[in-house]
Amino acid sequence: MTVQEKPLPVRTVPARTRSRGFAFTPTVVVYLALAVLLVVGSVLVALRGGVLLDQAGLLNIFTRATALGLVAIGQTIVILAGSLDLSVAYLVGLTSLVAAETMAGQAGMIVPGVLLALAVAAVVGLVNGLVITVLRANAFIATLGVALVLRGYLEHNYTGPAGEVPRTFQHLGYDRVGPVPVAALLMLGIAAMCWWLLTRSRPGYHLYAVGGDLEVARLSGVRTRRTIVTAHVLCSVAAGLAGIYLASRLGSGAPYVGTDAGFDLESIAAVVLGGTLLAGGRGGVVGTIGGVFILATLDTVFDDLAVDPFFKDVVRGVVLVTAVALYARRTVRRQS
Amino acid sequence: MSFRPRLAEGTAPVLVVLVVLLVGLAIAGPAYSSPEGYLALLKRAAPLMILAIGQYFVIVSGGFDLSVGALVTAGVVIAARLIDGEDSATAWVILLVLAFGLLVGLVNGLVTTVLLVPSFIVTLGMLLVLDGAVFLWTGGAPRGALSPGFREFGRGAVDVPLLGEVPWSVLILLAILAAAVLFMRGGTGRALVAVGDNEQAVRLSGGRVNRLRLLAFVLSGLLAAVAAILLGGFAGVSAQVGAGLEFRAITAVVLGGVLLGGGRGSVVAATAGALSLEALFTLLNLLGVAGALESAVQGVIIIGAVAYASLGVGLRHRFTRTTTKQPATASG
Repeated sequence: MTVQEKPLPVRTVPARTRSRGFAFTPTVVVYLALAVLLVVGSVLVALRGGVLLDQAGLLNIFTRATALGLVAIGQTIVILAGSLDLSVAYLVGLTSLVAAETMAGQAGMIVPGVLLALAVAAVVGLVNGLVITVLRANAFIATLGVALVLRGYLEHNYTGPAGEVPRTFQHLGYDRVGPVPVAALLMLGIAAMCWWLLTRSRPGYHLYAVGGDLEVARLSGVRTRRTIVTAHVLCSVAAGLAGIYLASRLGSGAPYVGTDAGFDLESIAAVVLGGTLLAGGRGGVVGTIGGVFILATLDTVFDDLAVDPFFKDVVRGVVLVTAVALYARRTVRRQS
Repeated sequence: MSFRPRLAEGTAPVLVVLVVLLVGLAIAGPAYSSPEGYLALLKRAAPLMILAIGQYFVIVSGGFDLSVGALVTAGVVIAARLIDGEDSATAWVILLVLAFGLLVGLVNGLVTTVLLVPSFIVTLGMLLVLDGAVFLWTGGAPRGALSPGFREFGRGAVDVPLLGEVPWSVLILLAILAAAVLFMRGGTGRALVAVGDNEQAVRLSGGRVNRLRLLAFVLSGLLAAVAAILLGGFAGVSAQVGAGLEFRAITAVVLGGVLLGGGRGSVVAATAGALSLEALFTLLNLLGVAGALESAVQGVIIIGAVAYASLGVGLRHRFTRTTTKQPATASG
């Protein structure tokens, strides 16, 4: 599962840094960057006579962050385990279709629809995990292959949106508490659960161990295969939740809702932006959420400034590389 | 080509796959009973094979290049805008496209080696930047047109004594492949593989790790530019010309038994992987697998082939040990 170059030498943060009580961990840097971005963005938008963080702006940021956030949470889990999932974008489309078609506009079918969508997602995750662990295909290729299979299925069976979610289910996508959408709160709740799972539970420790060094973890008695499969199932279920959320927002299932948004690479970008090491073993969900909000805020600022959409891509690319360059620099300096 | 008695580790499975596919083609399509059919296949496959050679350099040295697809699109779109149908502009635009590829590779390599950003992220960022910048420049859709002279490389052919009409792209491919094989047999090529295997060891034994990795990215960028010129000629100008090519090239390389993460695999096998992939697409077409299902079948086969390659490691070791008794190592 070495989808990456050799991990950077980052055995860090011994007692010295901790005793100071505060360290510039990547997570802290992400949130500082987010704060700076919010300030700079507000100033820029204000210069053009708008307000970034008004009701509509906040709503925009949270809405953008919800779907990407769910996918990125899952992606964090697999990346921490030293794996990677390129199939999430198509899976989001597939689950949105499964949910919407099962519901078919009937309020009574909401629960079966959601459950079936999650079950489909879990099966896809299981396949990903088994292909990687049992067939020993590289994660990059395995999930790319599964993505192609899903794409073939979608292209063969759908030409456009299908299915319909009942009116009541759309509350999930549109209700809000003050300026904050309910779905965003649910996403943050799921992030909190994952944070607990990763940092406070045995499976979480195993995940970090497997991502840090597969062989060492195996020799220490961790069931590495089971851990990797579990990580992939969780990742796919998270992508499934994103699909369900998008179905509720769009009112129907859309085959290309995930790929149009580029969720596969975008979610990896968010994870890495959040300070998680692409090679696995270091990082966490908290940073990822910061990364997601940075991307969402960038998009919202650009919308408010009416920037050319192509320019967004350029900036996004530069931000991504710059951020990771800063982390890399820091870890190296601390090492020497 | 270089089907020598001693095969590099990992070459055997992909050759088996390739032969099976070629035999399948011969059975399925009447066009493939003559050499012309295979030459046409080779012509179609040439851009991907060239991309795979470039990708091989990066992967074997332990990196990733996700930017090649966007670079191909950028190359074609830039060429079309600058040439705008003028035949006289062909020469310098070709040079410019090559220089552009070189420059992109250089930036990828420098950010990876100097700023220590993982190449996956660097080239992902480059993908976003190129995609955005090119369309920002052209205003959303490709403009202009390629000149006939420019397109000649992608679709024209030359008379070669003994062989008859051979497409330009096949000749270019063969030249690049031969150069790549020679390069990988030389000291620099071996050092490149060593970097992917154990960077620390290369550094301690005096190898210039950063320079080698930089070289790999520059070569990948340059070859992507060559592929852009061929694809522009072959397929014409479109904003989609390079879409997904990065994944296809990586798949081809992995199909060739090259280890993601570096240090193992041969360039011939990577190229054979690309040819197999193209043969696979052709075969699926001939068998009438509908366009939509094609990617599903492709996905299953890719997983199968990679799984076969990695599960067969033990078997392959035995195979290579008996065939490579000679002192020479087998990375070519």
